Amino acid sequence: MKWDEFFVTGDPLIYGADVSIGLTVIGLLFYLTYFKKWQWLWKEWLTTVDHKKLGIMYIASAVLMLFRGGVDALLMRAQLAVPDAKFLDAQHYNEIFTTHGTIMIIFMAMPFLIGLINVVIPLQIGARDVAFPYLNAVSFWTFFIGAMLFNISFVIGGSPSAGWTAYMPLAGNELSPGPGQNYYLLGLQISGIGTLLTGINFLVTILKMRAPGMTLFRMPMFTWSALITMVIIVFAFPILTVALALMTFDRLFGAHFFTLQGAGMDMLWANLFWLWGHPEVYIVILPAFGMFSEIISTFARKVLFGYKAMVWAMVLIAAYSFLVWVHHFFTMGTGAAVNTAFSISTMLIGIPTGIKIFNWLFTMYKGKISFTTPMLWALGFIVNFVVGGVTGVMLAMAAADYQYHNTYFLVSHFHYVLIAGTVFGCFAGLVFWYPKMFGYKLNERIGKWVFWLFMIGFNVCFFPQYFLGLDGMPRRVYTYSAASGWGDLNMVSTVGAFVMGIGFLALVYNIYYSFRYSERENTGDSWGLGRTLEWATTSAVPPHYNFAVTPTVEGLDPVVAIRNDKKDVTPKLADIKPIHMPDNSGVPFVMASFFFVAGFGLVFEWYWMGIVGLIGVFITLIIRSFDKNEGYYVSVDEIKETERITV
Amino acid sequence: MAHAEVHDHNTPLEYQSETGRLNILGFWIFLGAEIALFSTLFATYLVLMYRTADGPTPHELFELKGVLIETFLLLTSSFTCGIAIHEMRKRNRTGLFVWMIITLALGAGFLGYEIYEFVTYVHEGAALGTSAFWSGFFVIVGTHGLHVTMGIAWIILILIQVARRGLTPQTSAKVFISSLYWHFLDVVWIFIFTAVYLTGMVLHNG
Repeated sequence: MKWDEFFVTGDPLIYGADVSIGLTVIGLLFYLTYFKKWQWLWKEWLTTVDHKKLGIMYIASAVLMLFRGGVDALLMRAQLAVPDAKFLDAQHYNEIFTTHGTIMIIFMAMPFLIGLINVVIPLQIGARDVAFPYLNAVSFWTFFIGAMLFNISFVIGGSPSAGWTAYMPLAGNELSPGPGQNYYLLGLQISGIGTLLTGINFLVTILKMRAPGMTLFRMPMFTWSALITMVIIVFAFPILTVALALMTFDRLFGAHFFTLQGAGMDMLWANLFWLWGHPEVYIVILPAFGMFSEIISTFARKVLFGYKAMVWAMVLIAAYSFLVWVHHFFTMGTGAAVNTAFSISTMLIGIPTGIKIFNWLFTMYKGKISFTTPMLWALGFIVNFVVGGVTGVMLAMAAADYQYHNTYFLVSHFHYVLIAGTVFGCFAGLVFWYPKMFGYKLNERIGKWVFWLFMIGFNVCFFPQYFLGLDGMPRRVYTYSAASGWGDLNMVSTVGAFVMGIGFLALVYNIYYSFRYSERENTGDSWGLGRTLEWATTSAVPPHYNFAVTPTVEGLDPVVAIRNDKKDVTPKLADIKPIHMPDNSGVPFVMASFFFVAGFGLVFEWYWMGIVGLIGVFITLIIRSFDKNEGYYVSVDEIKETERITV
Repeated sequence: MAHAEVHDHNTPLEYQSETGRLNILGFWIFLGAEIALFSTLFATYLVLMYRTADGPTPHELFELKGVLIETFLLLTSSFTCGIAIHEMRKRNRTGLFVWMIITLALGAGFLGYEIYEFVTYVHEGAALGTSAFWSGFFVIVGTHGLHVTMGIAWIILILIQVARRGLTPQTSAKVFISSLYWHFLDVVWIFIFTAVYLTGMVLHNG
């Protein structure tokens, strides 16, 4: 392989990216060395097994990926702003919409939500950490390495260009030669391992590590949503694992699962992909539902309306999520009977979702609402998500779908549910729990600017796309003619996209501004309205063991009871016992690095390198197996000092 | 866990530590994920069952004798694995070792026959790239075989730990979990025997 095949060359945009990546790396190395931060980085972050720190790293990676995916989006909108534009060529455009979709779903939405789940859930259930803290670190690092492997494709070897759905035969060797598609397969495979482990970890955590008295039906709604999401993960991700492996065999070892030759079946890929892909959509929406439930109840100062109905609605959504996958390709031609069945099952999902919408509305009814930033995101979610939901029911009608299929109508629909649902949810959760992570709030004034810019930009960007779709504009085209008449609405859409971009920059500025100027919190209940146990910690940012004394729960919303009854919850010296905590470990990071070596080798079909990487992975597994990992005890004196108990 | 937990003497050793209990539940959930994984492979195999293209059909190549021996070896190994756990619960370390080593030997025998079977098929012109059917066959049976290989290596590592550290709540939980895995592979094999070999010989016959 020659140098110019290894590195992507010939495009000024890529050279620009090369330079900026190079400068960022040099800048980081300089910063870490000059300020002597290497040891801090290793001890505090790279080897940590603390759920709060892992959560923060998940969220930081997700925001970084939101930037990458967002730049992709802006490049696409720039190309489509006017007819017959020459800004991007067809191949480059294909690569960008592929990486945009893949990054936003797998490397932005999922880690953002899993990050918030990591930070919040153990606190919400009154636990010291997750059930398997070491495994949690493995989850994070395999996700991170998978994401990095996928991301380097655009400067080394070339990006995948067959869409995030990677339909066959387009994604096969004949039509997508080179390493691009292999990056997709290996990057997703490695990060998928992390996701599956997270699913197992949080299932056990939520089932087994709740504080005494917290029965299942006393769990906060966010914990419920996480529990149900983890069930979906455990049953859906193995399907992706298999599908990716089979396509890898097709591409690397000449198998014939999805190929046109050898009697392979290309639509089998589409079926397997969406058998995972549709549940995946619910994996990224249910935690957002959970967060909105918490936020709406908190800022309406009312108990969540219809708690049990909310739980059963999510259980139903989870069950239906596995029964609707064919609606992604009604046009495949399986016949009226199959399409009808999947059409009906798809519409059925509207019922539990509708129940949830009404429960949120009734929670606010007669509530004394505080219009804080998280609450604004929640309100924006309800309105915009309903638009996405209603157009979803339109798409569910199989006969009508022949008209909408593969048009901008669909593009607009799924952005209305994914942005108004998942992204609004991530922002709402970030702002809501920010003081829990860092000890100060994000500035509310700038936060409201972020909300209005992003929300208005979002509608200006995507609402016109419904009409472009109805007017026949297909998705994934890199340009269109002036005669089509799509120019005006596309220009409007592009303007909206850039307004969203400004909203994102305002968010980044807010993170900086609040770091400098925000007032530091000195209580565990930063909003003064908290309802669930994460607000019952003694300090704004909980110590690494979370609770000096494990709390006991007597009903829903325990913190409301504490506040109303003016209970004294400061830990008593007599109750404090040594706390058992897990040891930090550098093995997960090293293991993930070996995964990177293996993945990179397989991407370029350098099998020696793949084998070296896999051997490294096995060695780290063996090291872990022989490690006694007994953890350590936090002494009573240390707890006394941390909790400032002076007796 | 260094601090002592109080147990009545009926609590099995592997359930006597918090870590052990959590790990066992976590592993059950992992097996749930494995069921989803193998279900996907079975679905794929059954969809591709008649797609032999120009390659040989399974009816031409499958031979009952070897498959029956493989089945016999693996089913017996599941039984001996059960006895090993029984010995472990009686705190009989030697018994555990003897029966576990028999289990591993039977597993290795199974693998040997499977590799021989694969090599034979390749010589007779059926490999991973021959047709969609053979891709499906080699991947589903191969995935199971890979699981058995990993299982053997893993159990050896755990037995070394038992030899060094004795039967503690920690090591016994590891042995118990590896036995769950072994039994699971046995269950999967029963489905492979039925869905792959029996249907391959019967349904393709005509």
